[in-house]
Amino acid sequence: MDWRHFQHIHTRRGFLQECAGGIGTIALAHLLSREGRTAERTDPMAPRAPHFAPKAKNVIFLFMEGAPSQLDLFDPKPGLKKWDGKPLPESMTKNLRLAFIKPTAAVMSSPRVFTRHGQSGMEISDYMPHLGTVADDVCFVRSMFTEAFNHHPGQLLLMSGSTQFGRPTVGSWVTYGLGSESADLPGFVVLSSGRGTSGGASNFANGFLPSSYQGVTFRSSGDPVLYVSSPPGVSRETQRANLDLLRDLNAERQAATGDLEIASRIASYELAFRMQAAAPELLDFSKESPLTLAMYGADKEPTRAFAVNCLLARRMVERGVRFVQLMHASWDDHTELNEKLKKNCDATDQPVAALIRDLKQRGLLDSTLVVWGGEFGRTPMVEIRKPGVAGNEGRDHHPLAFTMWLAGGGIQPGQVIGATDDIGFNIVEDKVHVHDLHATILHCLGFDHLKLTYRHQGRDFRLTDVAGNVVKKMLA
Amino acid sequence: MRKLSVFLGAAAMLAAEGTLPPPAAHTVDFSREVAPLFAKRCQGCHNAGQRTAGLRLDSREGLLEGGYSGAAIIPGKSAESTLIHMVAGTREGRVMPPAGAKLTPVEVGILRAWIDQGANWSAKATAESAAPRAEKPQHWAFVAPRRPEVPEVRRKEWVRNPVDAFILARLEGEGIAPSPEASRETLIRRATLDLTGLLPTPEETAAFLADTRPDAYERLVDGLLASPHYGEKWARHWLDLARYADSDGYEKDQVRPHAWRYRHWLIAALNRDMPFDRFTRETMAGDLLPEPTPDSRIATAFHRNTLTNREGGVDVFQFRFEQVLDRANTVGSVWLGLTFGCAQCHDHKYDPISQKEYYQLYAFFDRADEEYIDAPLPGEMGPHLAGLGSYQAKRRALLAEYNVAPLQAAWEERMQWARHNPGKELDLDFALNVLRVLEDSAYRMLDLGPEKRSARQNVAMTNHFVRYGKSVLKEKYDEAKLGDLQKKLQELETTLPKLSQAPVLMPNPDPVRTHLRLRGDYRELGIEVQPGTPAFLPPLPGEPTRLALGEWLVSPENPLTARVTVNRQWQEIFGRGLVRTSEDFGTQGERPSHPELLDWLAVEFRESGWSLKRLHRMLVLSAAYRQSSNARDDLRERDPANILLARQSRLRLPAEAIRDAALQASGLLDTRIGGPSVRPPQPEGVAALGYANSVKWEESQGPDRYRRGLYVHFQRTTPYPQLMTFDAPDANLTCSRRQRSNTPLQALNLLNDPVFFEAAQSLATQLLRSGGSTADRLALAYRLCLSREPSPREKDRLASYLEQQRRIFERDPEAARTVYAPEEAGVAPEEAATWVMAARALLNLDEFITRE
Repeated sequence: MDWRHFQHIHTRRGFLQECAGGIGTIALAHLLSREGRTAERTDPMAPRAPHFAPKAKNVIFLFMEGAPSQLDLFDPKPGLKKWDGKPLPESMTKNLRLAFIKPTAAVMSSPRVFTRHGQSGMEISDYMPHLGTVADDVCFVRSMFTEAFNHHPGQLLLMSGSTQFGRPTVGSWVTYGLGSESADLPGFVVLSSGRGTSGGASNFANGFLPSSYQGVTFRSSGDPVLYVSSPPGVSRETQRANLDLLRDLNAERQAATGDLEIASRIASYELAFRMQAAAPELLDFSKESPLTLAMYGADKEPTRAFAVNCLLARRMVERGVRFVQLMHASWDDHTELNEKLKKNCDATDQPVAALIRDLKQRGLLDSTLVVWGGEFGRTPMVEIRKPGVAGNEGRDHHPLAFTMWLAGGGIQPGQVIGATDDIGFNIVEDKVHVHDLHATILHCLGFDHLKLTYRHQGRDFRLTDVAGNVVKKMLA
Repeated sequence: MRKLSVFLGAAAMLAAEGTLPPPAAHTVDFSREVAPLFAKRCQGCHNAGQRTAGLRLDSREGLLEGGYSGAAIIPGKSAESTLIHMVAGTREGRVMPPAGAKLTPVEVGILRAWIDQGANWSAKATAESAAPRAEKPQHWAFVAPRRPEVPEVRRKEWVRNPVDAFILARLEGEGIAPSPEASRETLIRRATLDLTGLLPTPEETAAFLADTRPDAYERLVDGLLASPHYGEKWARHWLDLARYADSDGYEKDQVRPHAWRYRHWLIAALNRDMPFDRFTRETMAGDLLPEPTPDSRIATAFHRNTLTNREGGVDVFQFRFEQVLDRANTVGSVWLGLTFGCAQCHDHKYDPISQKEYYQLYAFFDRADEEYIDAPLPGEMGPHLAGLGSYQAKRRALLAEYNVAPLQAAWEERMQWARHNPGKELDLDFALNVLRVLEDSAYRMLDLGPEKRSARQNVAMTNHFVRYGKSVLKEKYDEAKLGDLQKKLQELETTLPKLSQAPVLMPNPDPVRTHLRLRGDYRELGIEVQPGTPAFLPPLPGEPTRLALGEWLVSPENPLTARVTVNRQWQEIFGRGLVRTSEDFGTQGERPSHPELLDWLAVEFRESGWSLKRLHRMLVLSAAYRQSSNARDDLRERDPANILLARQSRLRLPAEAIRDAALQASGLLDTRIGGPSVRPPQPEGVAALGYANSVKWEESQGPDRYRRGLYVHFQRTTPYPQLMTFDAPDANLTCSRRQRSNTPLQALNLLNDPVFFEAAQSLATQLLRSGGSTADRLALAYRLCLSREPSPREKDRLASYLEQQRRIFERDPEAARTVYAPEEAGVAPEEAATWVMAARALLNLDEFITRE
């Protein structure tokens, strides 16, 4: 009796007959449907509909780790000049707790020049000339605030809605809610440039959600996805033959034990095989026009690293990846603010603007929500670590008021939400908490943030914890 | 959780303080004007039964005693009474009652006048509202277990021990027959994996199959329980509970070079079957025992696995608060199976744990502090003592030569000054911050001064001063050539053989007053609380110390500890707890599938001396355990999750066991037990995701590369990828049960990770060198990987694969030589590479990473 004959006889579901023909996954789908198992049950990434018609299908979250200085980029404060070099009145700083500097530290005005851009007249610093060119596509929120004033807790809050460990991050919630459109790439991808972040893996953790919803890091060197390349000497043909063997032996065990989990295991290996082909295709920029590469700055320093990630983000969205989290570290400019801030802007400004423009010209911006920001802002007061050294000035962490921006699916562009006082210390109009941002992101994706829940330890958890209001003013 | 609300509203608050409505001008009639207000607007929540926020507003005593934030009223002083500010909404923007209309200014005025006029309460009104709290029926888990009768069953011959009677009684009630016993090959692989986390060797399997004695399986199990690898396997489970890691966590995520001592202690304790009551006492208070030993003290390192935040800007008080919280939460979860953490900010919504009781548990650990102790390993003490005298003399001489004492005193004085004058001198602020972040208990050391500090503290302080003093002393530092001294001290350090250190708890040397924290905010002090245990559980006898807490946890009256513990053992052996939510025995947790069995096991465990090995033995010797795990058509609909246990379950192995199995089957595994953590190869760039590229991953060399998974260095912010891909917990919080996911990333990991590919190459080497025919090699491969013989059909399929793969390599000999580089005598490269690929398939089989 040959192998084919054996399979035909010995499997209850006739499944292996098809397997031997090399169409194992189709056979598998048949098997699963015959077993009454829905796609949802076997594939946690199967696409699912949200609560109501969404504006956005995908998210690109540009996480600017370390907290960029809103006062030098987006929130011009001529009023700071008046206070320059002087401490703030005690009535403002009473009970204030900052990370490094004391509440009595002197105020530092911004040397940046702000000009108005686009029809909306958006004020943006001279450090970000490119962003100005897409100002009418962006909605600035100058009234963000948070509770945490240290990096890791701040990042936990921004990414997972809680300063405590163990909660799922935004990308995990979104893929849990929506699954992914991509059959051969992960649904939640993390790209990073610059140095490592304070939060490390907790910035894309699945928390108590199933592990399938953990962010998968795409790496800038070596394998783009860990272990996606076959070992040296293992060709595609060898890999296929090896997987065929594996599939048949696994199917044999399934026939012997009747365990349906084995069918899922076989499916995982087939998806892995497809991912092995899809990842190099994703990274192959040869079909991108030189114009596009130049627009992003992917062909030169200092933009190359960030530009490549932005371009990858667009390509992933095109291929159905649900949530792309792009991290750039670090904007934590306690010292030498002018110099370091410029460096980060020079590396990121052009690629970010190109991403917005590129998404728009391809008709993807309407269905892609782009979010830009860090875990908190920076103080109007100066931080000096080396007194007397010119240019040493920086700014400390400031949780009470900072700026983020959003663009694309569901967002009303060309507007500024909220306002801060004369020195950018407190919010005076339309306060937006991190929870509110989360509620709004979920709303754009078609979710009522109160209803996107997961039961854990006896209660229903949400991204927005027990708070959060959709910021209606942001919506298109 | 909006912790900054205080700051946000700081300015506004000051203005609002002055805007209380004025007191009513008339003499207030209590029963007509005040009592109805309390009744209608307050007593719904603040009554004798439901004392929300610890407060009852149904008697004068209740008002005076107050709630978590202290007294509600001060008779005669309405403007200083919390009650008035709460109803007027003049504090932090919060207002009571939280629902419905606010009290009108007139109503607030009436309450003010009533307080100012002495706050008299008529007895009649008190009597009416002081209804006793309605007694709810007790939740099953809060009643101490009593040993139930072992049930009668019809199929008596199936029952091997009482466990089976309970399982079978339920099955017979459902009209379901248990499954037949698994094959002996399956049994030895299952028991060996479950008890030691390793595979049986082909020799062990052969010996077991050949053992025809009736008690062959019992002998096998006893051998496994006596194996030193037993401690490794069960330590891994306990390390999940202990949220063990080799680094601090948070941004800086510094390596903890001594963390492994806890794991080392744990493996030994489990191997010698330390009774769980003693294990509990030592974990809670090994330092407080009448005669503490280094070992008993290391047990407290359980609590040292909390995260440490060394971010420059961290508030020491907040950070310590969070550490102590985590200790309380973890004890609550691991021993009591309760979600204590829910009561950090408010009374528990579902279980009878008030916020006050939460902080009473917290208070036990608030009275503890951290320290490192000398914990010499065998062989360390002699050389250390031999070198110590001359080392100390040289150090003293150096410190004297450079005249360190007065300089250090001046520096310490500046540090103290900076501490009490923040914001005055930036240099000093920064230097103080460095001291505070780098040295544990820096402030206390400053306060104690050189005379009162321990020798260890003095060394730490002096070393810190010599290393970092320059930013404060400036020229003086250079004049005294302290930079040179720093180098000499470092050189001197290398001459003294060191004693290993261990992290432990000790009694907090400072007097501690623990306060409840309003809304869980560490800055918002509520009433003071004493250490204590929740009222719904048996009382804690005697002085409320950590030692007493340990005793209390394992007291016979405690309804939870034994149940929670046996349930977790059941979970590890059967794949699913009798209570599935092994971390939550509260009212929101799931009910036990076999309540009587759970109680019987709990009582048995306690009464037979808390022996884990004895418990494990009973479970794996049961007929229920020995059943086949094959799916049954009759159960697919009726019991898809296998709750009734009419069969065993096929369980994917945990992350560490998958690594161990691949290394073991391929002959690479280094089976040494204990010791420091190791860093096996991991791809470049993984560690780079950590903060500012500060995480260094220096690959271990030699056999350390092949140690078991539980020894892999766990860096919290950039954990070892293979562990995370296969659902190891992230070590930030206690983890009672792991997920068992099935993802394409797992497939990529097993197929392509160089660690696993090396295992395939090594397995191929073994097969090639074994001589024999293709069939012999395949049989050996199956014995090594799956502890069984291949079926004829599997052999056929593999044989056809070998041919197919050989042809591919014959077309591309270069690829063959890449896949298998070393030259095997008499083996063509294509042949060798073909076997590597076959071995790789076996190491990827679902069955290989499954315990059936």
